[in-house]
Amino acid sequence: MLDHRNNWRDTRHDTWRDTLPNGAGVGYKPQHFSNLVADKSPVEWLEIHAENYMGAGGRPLAQLRALSDLFPISVHGVGLSIGGEGRLDPDHLARLKHLLDWLQPARFSEHLAWSTHGGAFFNDLLPLPYTEATLTRVCAHINELQDRIGRQMLLENPSAYLAFSESTYAEVDFLREIAKRTGCGLLLDVNNVFVSATNLAFDPISYIDAFAHEAVGEIHLGGHDEDADETGAPLLIDSHGREVADPVWALYAHSLSVGGAKPTLIEWDTDVPEWKVLAAEADRAAALLHRVPA
Amino acid sequence: MTQSAFIAAVLDPDAPIPMGLTDASDRPVAARFNVYRNNVAVSLKEALSSGFPAIKSLLGAAFFDAMTGVYLRAHPPKSPRLALYGETFPEFLAGFEPVRHLPYLPDVARLEYALRQSYHAADATVLTAEALQHPEAFTRPLRLAPSVFWIESASPVTQIHAAALGGSNPTGGAEDALITRAGFDPVATGFPPGTSAVLTALNAGTPLSEALNFAPGALDLSAFLCALLTGGALTLPQDTAHV
Amino acid sequence: MTTQTNTLALIGALATALSATATMASAEGAQEKCFGVALAGENGCQAGPGTTCAGTSKVDYQGNAWTLVPEGTCLTLELPAMMDGAARMGSLEALDRDLPMDS
Repeated sequence: MLDHRNNWRDTRHDTWRDTLPNGAGVGYKPQHFSNLVADKSPVEWLEIHAENYMGAGGRPLAQLRALSDLFPISVHGVGLSIGGEGRLDPDHLARLKHLLDWLQPARFSEHLAWSTHGGAFFNDLLPLPYTEATLTRVCAHINELQDRIGRQMLLENPSAYLAFSESTYAEVDFLREIAKRTGCGLLLDVNNVFVSATNLAFDPISYIDAFAHEAVGEIHLGGHDEDADETGAPLLIDSHGREVADPVWALYAHSLSVGGAKPTLIEWDTDVPEWKVLAAEADRAAALLHRVPA
Repeated sequence: MTQSAFIAAVLDPDAPIPMGLTDASDRPVAARFNVYRNNVAVSLKEALSSGFPAIKSLLGAAFFDAMTGVYLRAHPPKSPRLALYGETFPEFLAGFEPVRHLPYLPDVARLEYALRQSYHAADATVLTAEALQHPEAFTRPLRLAPSVFWIESASPVTQIHAAALGGSNPTGGAEDALITRAGFDPVATGFPPGTSAVLTALNAGTPLSEALNFAPGALDLSAFLCALLTGGALTLPQDTAHV
Repeated sequence: MTTQTNTLALIGALATALSATATMASAEGAQEKCFGVALAGENGCQAGPGTTCAGTSKVDYQGNAWTLVPEGTCLTLELPAMMDGAARMGSLEALDRDLPMDS
């Protein structure tokens, strides 16, 4: 895999791509390749899903290589199952390390969730009880991962549709403790905070205020769908299929005022719009970011 | 609650909602748990739908949706790379009673899966038409590019595939389908049964002049060589190393 | 065929193929490009479409009691008789549908 182009980055010595700027990025979709090559503004960096670039060659890797000449890249894993009860998939770890070694991205992030069990991958970010046992297991997996890839990862707060009675930690405390024990950074998904706060009836402002902002290396913003449960109570779904909702923009502005400017990503993964719609979302994030005092 | 218990309930719509789940304010949790049921089923069905569009067209959206609901539960992905999901779909179709009267389906699925494999296959330095004009090109061992795949079918599989995606009705019979990828886009071309023997020989290092001894009489050598050349299918051995 | 006649045939075929290469390259756009492979099986981290769809559909689970029938383009597909005389492979008869999807 990738062998014929191994270490193509070794010949370069520029460092601008090694750090995500405190500007707006977008989740890369192949539909937007020509737009991004033609005109970068307002996008300062891109994020890709690691699992879509683990093939041996072809257009995905060629596009990624071309884009990485233009943008710092953040690699976002969606399938490592860091919260899984089983061990991390050694084959998947190897593929991930290979991609990271080849691409040398500015960042790598994954989710506080599980998606693999008994050798089967279920393609969803499934929820975890916040207990001592989970904490120990997640920290062990993050330590193993960080040792393997030789770099710090960022861990993302999930969207929750329900919680576990057995949980003994609040999510913000759980994330802070993981960061403290493993040295990993955090990825603050502000839409996920809003979705979880609505679904589990907690105050999103208090969550943001209690978050370990000093560990945050990246922020995510995305659109959600509004549904309802059996009683008619709102049930928000983290669909990434529309514009970021106004209350989420407000929560993002609050987060910037508390935690300072951070590289901020617009995620739009279903019903992907034409470029100008996505660019307008990035513009909106950039405008808020640039208002934050340095 | 174990993850085994959680996922078992996610995969079985008739299973009770596991105990120990809460929305933190004593509202019912069934609708909330169903979000996870939906996420798993819908996302895996969508992966199959995008990967097997001809099968979906042949069977209709409603049937495909229900059938992939069975498949994803019996054969969930073994790897987090969804681009590879569906490797066992052809065998599943071959054994799925409600489509037993459509015996060409497994081969159409094999073709669709091979197109995906080809799309993600390693790049290679391919032999150009100019290089093939050198006499030595006939007698030295060549290799097929990693993006080359083939399927031996008792049906006109490339034509059924094309017809399912809006093309005209098939006119031929059994064929060997050759998948090549010039640049980045895989293409499937049908050849007479037996053509795959030439490909097998080429891949084993048999020079072109000898490999063509395996060609069936019905094979149009010009068309076949043209497909190999324009499809970037031929490489020199050192360019084809897989990991 | 002997190696010599094979080589002669090969050279002839190759000459034709080489002259055809330019024509085929220009006609490439007309060939099937398997549009959509690029997006087939993309991984993402978004959630599915809410609470009302296929994940809770019970029709998924009828096993041997399966009652849906294919109703796609397989119904209009006309396969020629196999060259070896085997029976036509496509069933052209629409079976009765007696159970709608409940998803």
